[in-house]
Amino acid sequence: MGHYYLRRTARAFVTVFLVTSLSFGLIRLLPGGPFTLLRANLLRQGVPASEVDARIASLQNIQPDAPLWRQYLDYMGAAAQGDFGTSISLDEPVAQIIAEAVPWTVFIVLVSTVLIFVFGILLGAIQAYWEGSRFDQLVSGASITLMSVPFYVVAVLALFVFAYQFGWFPTAGTVGPTVEPGLTMEFVTSALNHAALPIFSYTITGIGGQALAMRGNSIQVLGNDYVEVARLRGLSDRRIATRYVARNAILPLYTGFLLLLGFRLGGTVILEQIFSYPGLGYYMWSALESNDYPLMMGTFLVITVALVIGVYIADLTYGLIDPRISRGETDAY
Amino acid sequence: MPTEAEDSEPVSWQSDSGVSADVTRGERLSELFEERVRKPAIVAWADRRTRVGLSILAVYVGMAIVAVFDLYRAPSTNQAPQLVGPFESWSHPLGTTMSGVDLLSLIIHSTPDILLMIIAGSVWATGVAVVVGTLAGYKGGATDRVLMSISDVVMAIPGLPLVIILAVTFNPQNPIVLGILININYWAGLGRSLRSQVLTIREDSYVEASRTMGVGTPRIILKDIVPNLMPYVTVNFVFAARYVVFASIGLFFLGVLPYSVQNWGVTLNYAYNGGALFTWEAAHWLLFPMIAIMGLSLALILLGQGMDRVFNPRVRTRLAESSESTRETDDATEGY
Repeated sequence: MGHYYLRRTARAFVTVFLVTSLSFGLIRLLPGGPFTLLRANLLRQGVPASEVDARIASLQNIQPDAPLWRQYLDYMGAAAQGDFGTSISLDEPVAQIIAEAVPWTVFIVLVSTVLIFVFGILLGAIQAYWEGSRFDQLVSGASITLMSVPFYVVAVLALFVFAYQFGWFPTAGTVGPTVEPGLTMEFVTSALNHAALPIFSYTITGIGGQALAMRGNSIQVLGNDYVEVARLRGLSDRRIATRYVARNAILPLYTGFLLLLGFRLGGTVILEQIFSYPGLGYYMWSALESNDYPLMMGTFLVITVALVIGVYIADLTYGLIDPRISRGETDAY
Repeated sequence: MPTEAEDSEPVSWQSDSGVSADVTRGERLSELFEERVRKPAIVAWADRRTRVGLSILAVYVGMAIVAVFDLYRAPSTNQAPQLVGPFESWSHPLGTTMSGVDLLSLIIHSTPDILLMIIAGSVWATGVAVVVGTLAGYKGGATDRVLMSISDVVMAIPGLPLVIILAVTFNPQNPIVLGILININYWAGLGRSLRSQVLTIREDSYVEASRTMGVGTPRIILKDIVPNLMPYVTVNFVFAARYVVFASIGLFFLGVLPYSVQNWGVTLNYAYNGGALFTWEAAHWLLFPMIAIMGLSLALILLGQGMDRVFNPRVRTRLAESSESTRETDDATEGY
């Protein structure tokens, strides 16, 4: 078992390392190269030509005239220390912008994903229990309909109706402009008020898929012999429902969670842009709009790291939930 | 003295095609048709979801045909009065945009590229997943370890941000390239679940028999393993297609992908930035592209769930041959 954790941890680091290397390679492929645009910008701002290279080095952690391996080492070294250079458009260290943005994105993604699982599992379980009933058919129909609605459609509609037309919710930002950050009642309500629509649109579109999956799993588990045996043994319905059915039906959802998390972290680029909600995705989008490559790569790396950490935690805890976890290797043919 | 015809006759029993003496080619073909086309079609059509899904999909294919053969006017600015409401005039049934473009023509002329993109993206995603999943699952050992390590890394890169960065870097214009780009790392998760299915199939007796007979790996994978994966692959093909619809339109809406391609997402973006959020008068400009998106993904989801039925052997027997003892149960479909 210890061997497994070790390997899993190593893989998390390898992934982050490879993605960072990939971002280094991609910067080189960007239109006009990494420096052309920046050099032109700096010259236009009146920076003396002799200092331009030094400025570029401080902005992107890469010395333009150094050999490629040297540039790579500098870039990786800086990234390892959490230094992603300086944002061109906002003129602030990328790390600082990201540090302010991360909590909001994590907040939105975490809350909406937990809500999806809670509602999806509850609905699916009830559907499976009353299989074929009116309720089952109704929820199944609703689930399929909801699955076919992209979250950004709900987001735009919610923004249009509840924020612009009715004015019930703010149209942008994470907290009100006059609210001081801190654990005050005012701050919390303002944050919730701003996050309500993003979380709503990110949750409502995801419940359907989870409910359908949970329903299918539960029906399959209910047909198993061990459930019948448990009934014959005279175990209480509640014990059967929680210990035998729910547990086995939820396990497959847990592995799907890994993929889901990736889609959802990535989706914040669209979600946060719609609500002008300054999290990671929002900054990635605005960096894109202004050709701010350091900020763009920084947000990309941090979103990846967030996903790697999420998957890592899920993987490690999966072993605790499901003792059968198999990682035995197969014979080679 | 033997004639030419008599000479060539006995060869057939040892030829590779496996045609036995008393089954003609025609019979074999019709049996194949029966097994692979007619029975699945009956089962598929018996499911209401497949019927509805296919009908909706047919509408989109029809729209694509109309666009390709230019049967409806192409969108251009100032071809109509600005912001005509929907259902107000016959010449512009869905109304017009702020810059006087007929909304229906915008939606129709976006369809061909979107369908191309979907097909390219899902063929790519399922194709790579099948190759990786079967190789890793069947070969095992070092091949398995290497392929799965690669998939794990690829899976850990968040899809949309990666696509955004690649789109900015390479600025693709071709819808086929775009489709592949959008599903660039979709194969990883699918490949992993295919591998776990192959792991159970590879221990089956008929695979073992082929192996003992000395049949080569590519042939075993093609003849014994892949046919057994087809149900799962087909269902996931449809889900990959839905992902292309969601992601591509989202990215067009963001303005990340090149605007030279006509797309509902581009229309949405113009509506969103053109003030359609502020007034009810322009709401149709937002709503109709949205309906187009939702209709297409609804069709794909219904089709995916109907397909699931086709490959469920119990349902198949019940409908095609009428066996009384089989009871139908819903299978789980994964949705993200």
